[in-house]
Amino acid sequence: MAEDNTPAVLLKNLNKWYGEFHVLRNINLSVKRGEKIVVCGPSGSGKSTMIRCINRLEEHQEGSITVDGIELTDNLKNIDAVRAEVGMVFQHFNLFPHLTVLENCTLAPIWVKKMPRKEAEEKAMYFLDRVRIANQAHKYPGQVSGGQQQRVAIARSLCMSPRIMLFDEPTSALDPEMVKEVLDTMVMLAKEGMTMLCVTHEMGFAKAVADRVIFMDKGEIVEENEPEEFFSNPQSPRTRTFLEQIL
Amino acid sequence: MATTANSKAKLPPSSPVRPNPGKASVGAIGWMRQNLFNSWFNTLLTLLIAVIVLRVVPGAVEWLIINASFGPSTSEECRVVALQDHGACWGSLWEKGRFILFGQFPYEDQWRAAIACLAITGAMIISGFRFMWRPRLIAVWAVALFLFFWMMGGGLGLPDVPTNFWNGLPLTLMLAVFGSICSFPIAVLVALGRRSSLPFIKVFCVLYVELIRGVPLITVLFMASFMFPLFLPEGVSINNLLRAQIGIILFTAAYLAEVVRGGLQAIPKGQYEAADALGLGYWKKMMLIILPQALKICIPPIVNSIISMFKDTSLVLIIGLFDILALAKASHQDPPWALYFGEFYIFVALIYFCYCFSMSKYSQWLERKLNRGNKH
Repeated sequence: MAEDNTPAVLLKNLNKWYGEFHVLRNINLSVKRGEKIVVCGPSGSGKSTMIRCINRLEEHQEGSITVDGIELTDNLKNIDAVRAEVGMVFQHFNLFPHLTVLENCTLAPIWVKKMPRKEAEEKAMYFLDRVRIANQAHKYPGQVSGGQQQRVAIARSLCMSPRIMLFDEPTSALDPEMVKEVLDTMVMLAKEGMTMLCVTHEMGFAKAVADRVIFMDKGEIVEENEPEEFFSNPQSPRTRTFLEQIL
Repeated sequence: MATTANSKAKLPPSSPVRPNPGKASVGAIGWMRQNLFNSWFNTLLTLLIAVIVLRVVPGAVEWLIINASFGPSTSEECRVVALQDHGACWGSLWEKGRFILFGQFPYEDQWRAAIACLAITGAMIISGFRFMWRPRLIAVWAVALFLFFWMMGGGLGLPDVPTNFWNGLPLTLMLAVFGSICSFPIAVLVALGRRSSLPFIKVFCVLYVELIRGVPLITVLFMASFMFPLFLPEGVSINNLLRAQIGIILFTAAYLAEVVRGGLQAIPKGQYEAADALGLGYWKKMMLIILPQALKICIPPIVNSIISMFKDTSLVLIIGLFDILALAKASHQDPPWALYFGEFYIFVALIYFCYCFSMSKYSQWLERKLNRGNKH
């Protein structure tokens, strides 16, 4: 395990291209342990791509990504080690439809961590209870609502005991009345000291829990600041235009 | 109900949509009017079909049943039925049925071939029950296949029977069962290989599928039977039956691989990403997440391929193996029984139909069952 003063996530001069298209330009970011970061920006600004690079769902071409002291390279061992540290929640939940809610949560602990089934089930029930969905444990994902599915997805990640959680627009595929239940779950997680990187446009959430808000546009980090400052006194004109549009 | 009654009542009696509901839209005549005679084109089709049915069906029924004879008969008795009564002589099957089923398998020992067929058919039926989808199914097949090869081949106190006497139904079943069991894992591997990011594996799998799909099964069988031995070192020989079996497996695997690949493509990218993010390695991701979903989607085309392969096994006739269809042909080439090819082919067709129709019905049932599991 890394020392506590090493950053949880460290991006240095990160560059990425899709063919000719320069998606990420010279990204530098250091995330402290326990820090909560909200990333926002217009669509196509590279914010999802950036956090997907952190657990290697996307490859980067230049610069370095270090997670908990482990550098992400082509080395499969490093990739596995990073993925064991990092949990991810997707916009479209990506639950496994052929498995029950409980099985969704126990699959990775059993097959990746070699945890005995009984222990994995107890752990899964503990986290399903924490996200207040334990009573649906034996249903299939298709039988529960979107908000419930997203909470299951959070529980599924937590079952792997990650030290860092990535959220890729976790509420933007939800019906409005379900956004709050998911955000509440995320706030709970934040209060427990989880290191979180969250791509979201939920500015209420950013104000309530974020230590820093990062604004990205055209593949660059344009501005980063404490939420208070960020919202009341944005420095860059691009940030100002963006905030006017969404607030 | 009340709303439909109301909406009907609102229509004027002369409405073109629902003409005269009191008289002709109910009962058999009403049904016919709505479904068979609702336009001049449909009326024409209905009449045409009626003419065809009236001309064909009575003759068929007369030949099949009314004028037919059913009991055991000699070839002279059958001749009378066929030439004077113009009926089928099902008695010919009392004479030739056993030959069609088991061919040249030693006559006294044909009970062994029958047990072999029952073992395979029984294992197929047992595999259908979902509570058997456990490791114990492997034990069931191990017992069935042991029984099959013991009964067919002999040994352990039974006299040996060389494979060129393995004819008829046991041969058909063996080719089909091994054709599906062995081709399936190959197909899955090839399908995964075609989507691999490793160029060598990908090219190999593409070549395999395209080469095999590019030639008819007959060619594959000819290659297996006549060309392949030329490549073997002198003194080494592989049984002709085994070569045909391998040909059928490789051929079926190429088609199944494309079916499975279609299923893999239908799985959303998010499923792969979620599995990656949880740290599942390639094989665990495929075995636990992707394939269970992909294979479920392609049950209908998989069954389609297997049914098609089941019937294609009859092509082994051309490399000198005698399956049930070849034996039916051989039966009516026997001069006293030359008149009864209809009876023989219908008998064989019924056997194929029983197996294929059950597979088809089973796959429909399975599809419904699996869908229910996921949605409710």
